[in-house]
Amino acid sequence: MLGSGLIQGLAVTAKNFVKSFHDPARLVTVEYPEQKTKLPENYRNFPFLVYDGDQAIDGLRCVACKICEAECPPQCIYIIPDRDEKGRPTKKPKVFDLDISVCMSCQICVEVCPFDAIKMDQHFEIATAERFNALLLHREDLAKSDAYFHTLHPTEAAQVDAVLAEAKRRTEAKARPAAPAAVPATPTAPAAPAAKPPEPPPPAV
Amino acid sequence: METLAQIHERLAARFPAATLTLVPNPAPPAQASLLLDAAHAREIAVFLRDDPALRLDYCSNVTGVDWPEKEIVETTRSVQIDPAGGPPRTIEQKTKRLQPGCLEVVYHLYSMALKHGPVIIRLRTGNRSDQITLPSLTPVWRSCEFQEREIFDLFGIVFTDHPDLRRLLMWDEFTAHPMRKDYVEPDDYEWEPTPHDDVLAKAKAHYPAPAAKAE
Amino acid sequence: MGPHHPSTHGVFRMMVTLDGETVVKLKPVFGYLHRNHEKIGENTTYLASMPYTDRLDYFCSMTNNWAYALAVEQLAGLPVPERAEYLRVILAELTRLLNHTCLAGFLLQDTGASGTPLMYAFREREKILDLFESLSGSRMMCNYQRFGGCRIDATPEWLAAARQLVNGYNAFLDEYEELITGNEILMARTQNVGVLSPALAVNAGITGPMLRASGVDYDLRKVDGYGYYPRFEFRIPLGDHGDTYDRYMVRMLEMRESIGILRQALDRIPEGPVMDPKAKIRGFKPKPGEHYGRIEGPKGEIGFYLISDGTANPYRYRVRPPSLINLTILEDLCLGHTLADAVIILGSIDIVLGEVDR
Repeated sequence: MLGSGLIQGLAVTAKNFVKSFHDPARLVTVEYPEQKTKLPENYRNFPFLVYDGDQAIDGLRCVACKICEAECPPQCIYIIPDRDEKGRPTKKPKVFDLDISVCMSCQICVEVCPFDAIKMDQHFEIATAERFNALLLHREDLAKSDAYFHTLHPTEAAQVDAVLAEAKRRTEAKARPAAPAAVPATPTAPAAPAAKPPEPPPPAV
Repeated sequence: METLAQIHERLAARFPAATLTLVPNPAPPAQASLLLDAAHAREIAVFLRDDPALRLDYCSNVTGVDWPEKEIVETTRSVQIDPAGGPPRTIEQKTKRLQPGCLEVVYHLYSMALKHGPVIIRLRTGNRSDQITLPSLTPVWRSCEFQEREIFDLFGIVFTDHPDLRRLLMWDEFTAHPMRKDYVEPDDYEWEPTPHDDVLAKAKAHYPAPAAKAE
Repeated sequence: MGPHHPSTHGVFRMMVTLDGETVVKLKPVFGYLHRNHEKIGENTTYLASMPYTDRLDYFCSMTNNWAYALAVEQLAGLPVPERAEYLRVILAELTRLLNHTCLAGFLLQDTGASGTPLMYAFREREKILDLFESLSGSRMMCNYQRFGGCRIDATPEWLAAARQLVNGYNAFLDEYEELITGNEILMARTQNVGVLSPALAVNAGITGPMLRASGVDYDLRKVDGYGYYPRFEFRIPLGDHGDTYDRYMVRMLEMRESIGILRQALDRIPEGPVMDPKAKIRGFKPKPGEHYGRIEGPKGEIGFYLISDGTANPYRYRVRPPSLINLTILEDLCLGHTLADAVIILGSIDIVLGEVDR
């Protein structure tokens, strides 16, 4: 019969309409600012820098090796290594800028970092009224504690801790016992960046 | 399917006037290719498409490659025995050779009827400045139409007998060919400040003091 | 029409000459989204091009990733672990479901079935995107495949969620087909509109569901047998008439086959690593050579042609965009039809401008 397909289709819409009143599977929208969905653990948007201990800048794991700067596909990272008064590199970034208006959240900086110093954040409410400077994050904005990293990505953080602890154990076993750790370690992350670069983490982290 | 060497032999027998060169490929899958001369390319393409054993009816991918001229320094070492009885000396001789540049078009052909492939054919222009004409294979495979337009646009190869040779992606007034290796982008293309100050510096150089601009 | 017109699926312009309402000439105009993806690829490392491939066809980032990873793996001769191959098949078929579901929604939106079919399609799409998000961290820009495997392993919970989605998908397709497939208005609008003959389809290099709607049996999953596809049983749906309705139906049938592949893959996925232990993340430099690697994307054959000169950057990085090449015959399909038909013919070709313009 001509029109039977039409009626059949309308029946489907009617069924959905009625069911949407009591079947939660048919109500798929989330009223966003009031309700929020739980973000999956793997969710990523922009990178941040992990620091150990209490001092945000002094405890940065970043050693300013510039690997992420070189590998970043859209070239949004800008690093100037710090130097002490004698001009020797202190293995700390003096400037670590990240332009999140350029960043494309690809996570390659996280994958290439041999020190587990840069990780992906999950904070997505970053709208600003100013387009350039407010979206250019500096060292101070990027530094977040290791505990924060643990709350965001518990699985990944546990793997990172294991890798760092292993690297520390290996360097301690090999090197002189007097090799001082520059930074006090927190209980969650026992490893400060060792003087010798640890083995890169397994790529599937 | 026949190997490319067999196809090469058959083509050489069928088109004795054409120059055919087998281009080897050192990568593990070894997709070797066949370099055709521009004068016979159209006939050979028709043959490849219609030959019952090949029936390469589907031209999948057409692309250009830019090979700028390159100075090759060859080092030859020769051992010279000292006539006075001293230790033999090694003499290094460096010869410089200018490898002429060219633009190249690569066609990846498959057969949908016989489900085999790829057979890769290449065409090369004489140089990169004035001898940049190649025969279009769009009359043979319609799928080349947009891809050859794209190559014309981005590499600047002129295809003769193309039904509609206009720029595909860049605008019509654009004069350069961005995919060439020596293309330098104008300094006003990207002016958003980034932490890398070179873009900002370029932008500032292009727009000196916008406030002072006369209305 | 265009570049800013809802029917053009992006910034795409068609210069249409009309006689009354009949199309007598149609020239597509490209380039509004052109960013010279290939040049960017030549100026960055092999790995750094991977996130850019997400942005080609932003519906199918997983298959784009796979195509690129496959081309590089073949170029460099890298092995891929078994579990990673299974994951790739699962993700590629999920992408196919995602793409075809969206296409059905968009196509019906173009015919004037405003809202409902698109919203139903998007409801299911969200579920697949949620899966992608929980696995790769991003809904659309997955950036998931790596040379020699996949970035992150899928947890058992993720596989269970995927299985649940797959089990429910047939019910969705049933509902969707009940909603629209038998609809008389849809049939009147799409049957015998934009008929593509098999000979022209082959000659013009049309690939994907569009080619198979014209009755040409050519699916790279069968022909090339890349990945682990030879291990799965599935059929290739073919159309008879090559019209817009066939193009729609072929996609609906392909989704059913994809569900079959997904079920087999989810049942058989082995334990093991997802990344080849010898694969390098940093400092990846393949030996000199060139290679063209291709897979069957949801829109057609997506291939990457790479020339390596032994450095960290590819010497030549070329994408074979299925959307662009499928547009070759747009004018042929639209001639003699009305302008409103041109809109649904364009919709049935299934283009994404990120890939057309690159």
